[in-house]
Amino acid sequence: MESLLRKATTYDVLREHGIDRRQFVKFCTMMAGALGLEATVVPQIVEALETKPRLPVIWLHGLECTCCSESFIRSSHPIAQDVILNMISLDYDDTLMAAAGFQAEENRKRIMKDYAGQYVVAVEGNAPTADGGVYCTVGGETFLSILEETTANAKAVIAWGSCASNGCVQAASPNPTGAKPVRKLISHKAIVNVPGCPPIAEVMTGVLTYILTFGALPELDRYGRPKMFYGQRIHDKCYRRAFFDAGQFVESWDDDGAKKGWCLYKMGCRGPSTYNSCSTFKWNNGVSYPIGSGHGCIGCSEENFWDNGPFYERLASIPVPGIESTPDAIGKVAAGAAVIGVGAHFISSVVRQAAQKQEKDETPAKEEGR
Amino acid sequence: MATRVVVDPVTRIEGHLRVEAMLDERGVIKDAMSSGTMWRGLEVILKGRDPRDAWAFCERICGVCTTVHALASVRAVENALNVKVPPNAEIIRNIMFLTQQVQDHVIHFYHLHALDWVDIVSALKADPAATSALAQKVSPSWPLASTGYFKDLAGTLKKFVDSGQLGLFQNGYWGHPAYKLPPEANLMAVAHYLEALKWQKEIIKIHTIFGGKNPHPNYLVGGMASAISMQGDNAINMERLDYVKTLIQDAMQVVENMYIPDLLAVASFYTEWAAIGGGLGNYMVYGDVPQNGIGDVSQFRMPRGVILNKNLSDVLPLDLTDAGQVQEEVSHSWYQYPEGKTALHPWDGITDPKYSGPKPPYKQLDENAKYSWLKSPRWKGNAMEVGPLARMLVGFASGSTDHKEVVTEALGALKVPATALFSTLGRTAARGLETKLCVHWLMAEYDKLIANLKAGDSATADTSRWEPSSWPAEAKGYGFTEAPRGALAHWIHIKDTRIENYQIVVPSTWNASPKDSKGQHGAYESALLNTSMADPKRPLEILRTIHSFDPCLACASHVFGPNGEKLAEIKVR
Repeated sequence: MESLLRKATTYDVLREHGIDRRQFVKFCTMMAGALGLEATVVPQIVEALETKPRLPVIWLHGLECTCCSESFIRSSHPIAQDVILNMISLDYDDTLMAAAGFQAEENRKRIMKDYAGQYVVAVEGNAPTADGGVYCTVGGETFLSILEETTANAKAVIAWGSCASNGCVQAASPNPTGAKPVRKLISHKAIVNVPGCPPIAEVMTGVLTYILTFGALPELDRYGRPKMFYGQRIHDKCYRRAFFDAGQFVESWDDDGAKKGWCLYKMGCRGPSTYNSCSTFKWNNGVSYPIGSGHGCIGCSEENFWDNGPFYERLASIPVPGIESTPDAIGKVAAGAAVIGVGAHFISSVVRQAAQKQEKDETPAKEEGR
Repeated sequence: MATRVVVDPVTRIEGHLRVEAMLDERGVIKDAMSSGTMWRGLEVILKGRDPRDAWAFCERICGVCTTVHALASVRAVENALNVKVPPNAEIIRNIMFLTQQVQDHVIHFYHLHALDWVDIVSALKADPAATSALAQKVSPSWPLASTGYFKDLAGTLKKFVDSGQLGLFQNGYWGHPAYKLPPEANLMAVAHYLEALKWQKEIIKIHTIFGGKNPHPNYLVGGMASAISMQGDNAINMERLDYVKTLIQDAMQVVENMYIPDLLAVASFYTEWAAIGGGLGNYMVYGDVPQNGIGDVSQFRMPRGVILNKNLSDVLPLDLTDAGQVQEEVSHSWYQYPEGKTALHPWDGITDPKYSGPKPPYKQLDENAKYSWLKSPRWKGNAMEVGPLARMLVGFASGSTDHKEVVTEALGALKVPATALFSTLGRTAARGLETKLCVHWLMAEYDKLIANLKAGDSATADTSRWEPSSWPAEAKGYGFTEAPRGALAHWIHIKDTRIENYQIVVPSTWNASPKDSKGQHGAYESALLNTSMADPKRPLEILRTIHSFDPCLACASHVFGPNGEKLAEIKVR
């Protein structure tokens, strides 16, 4: 820890940037809001950012498309500049770093040594395991070996996006390169899975600011996803949900229902089976989200979503809405009856109301979870 | 022969690229290798899928130039199924395409390329008042230019450096003799690096409005899913369109008053680079921004054509369906072809990956053997350069007024002849000039959309061929676009409503390709030849030229059709 303490804290840096304490506290309050936290935790955030040095982060790229990095720099609160200059020390990132070649690899190795046990590894993409890992090499080494080497002394690992969390497109059938997500390759570390193709920008920065604020990983569900962002289905919070309940659907692209913004379930929308924050935070600072712009959700944060298509085929069955707010609760509340036919869903308002009542009963436990 | 310089990873690009350069005793590059070191196999994954889903898979080829593969894909399927999208859909696609072009080019200049020309550490020595004077001289219309502004920034930079945690800027080639900007210009560039970083997340909201999110907005075979209802609040309406217009207006400010002035100012310190890094001298453009449907090539804002040997007086026609034009070789790629085959048109493409490079970890590749996951696409046997420079040259040589105006203006401002375009600097400048055209075309396309809506047309999708039951048993098509990095095409074969074969030839594959059977270098390799390096341990010159192409390796490294089946019999529309 000594080597870290020599460094300026986030607050030091902000203060030296001419940001006074009042503005700083305001910033912390906004951050709490962005994270969906109660006002009572603001002092904790202030304390954390005042006393903690910038967290060293090594951001690795394997088999991927860089959409996660692109999403990350779209974050509006906090903006990427603040994250990179004031909150973390992004010491290695192929996409953005000035250094190249052996100087770049030197940076990675230096952080691994100087900050052993204290740095975070953020992984974008995944590792091909077929044929000795030759389908992705960096500096002449396989990405697989780099991933293993770099995570060995990491404090924690963040698996950005569906590639790192679940495998995503290159792991879709027949997975020609044997691509595997981080959790199937690294077993000795705490891993936060942040799925989505890509994840929402503010979800990515929110995971980082949570870690910086609380000095701990966010509470994870059984898939290793932060509950605060992946606890509910898109369908449950979708503004078009009322049309679903009323049986008003888009039947064909650009039809009258499409112009009126009706439910896209019949066009294959995966909102009912996808856990993500799209319908609450929305994308690109709240401008819209896929359903909001007339196209169904393709379920990009769910495991194996590429092989659960075709995308325009409606879901044969959907989980009953209103019953569960977390994946864990599915088991608890609905046991084997979590999934029933959609026809039943239409007519079983009684079931639905009962379920909603049950959800209400569960509320205290949920709050505790946050 | 003295030194072999290896740059791996080449950073500030998309994906994984390795460059090896062989230097003579005077430090001049005499041979070079460009090696794509990743491979994902997307075309194999597409086989057997619903063609209407293909755009989503293809879009994930790249998240930096997101949208372009989706666009090429829906066009390929529409071509195969003979679907003509409604005018509104074509215009919305043009708007999204141009938005991508503008955003991607600005990010490339400031966040991927600028540090090759801008010395961050030198910026620490800048005088804020002098920087303010410089900024106001370079761009009188850009508001953030006061002494106080630069003083704050200089303070920020100093504290950042003093913190000891240099993050992204650690181990750059700071102080390298090839950096030529005065401290004030460096500080101004740092300011604009940060301003561009803030702005890029705004312009891209145009994708979110029409496509629901960015990266990876939604497309649709037959049109666009974003319905228009001028009398409702739950579709594209006046509020959404006003939002788009405001974002375009802001983009125009950024491009006209920040990017272009910065580009010309930086370029004026590096005019020697107008004679370095030219490379092949062969340029190819498929064209885009249709004005009368994608089938009417004569009405593209970005004209189609080929230029060979820098001959601007002769723009050659090209045909993507001609089996003798676009072909791919694997003589230096980690794939194998059957005995007797050297070059194949994508419709006859064969996938047979076979890694024969050194076992990792390795120190160097063998330039005489196979050395890349990229194939070597060639046009009538010629290695070609694609991208903004190719587009500006083909536009200029085709007599497009738009292109002539911006090119002539820039050459005049820099006081360099037209031959200066065939260079690393020309490539970087062309990208900026294209951005200027694109941002104006963006507004023109917006105006067209409004005019079409005023004329009473609100259709955004043609669903007549949506149901697979309406499709022929077998169909073949191709779709193309001009990605930020150059000419991109997808070829599809649909059989019994499923994808039988899908093939993609990507801009960075053209540019980053290894040598072919005749020993012709790809565009990157060729552009590196004869470059003199000041310090082989700090290969700044290599990065400048490679970055001037804006490499995108996730795009470039992919796999071709599954089994080499002959597909050429079906008539192509």
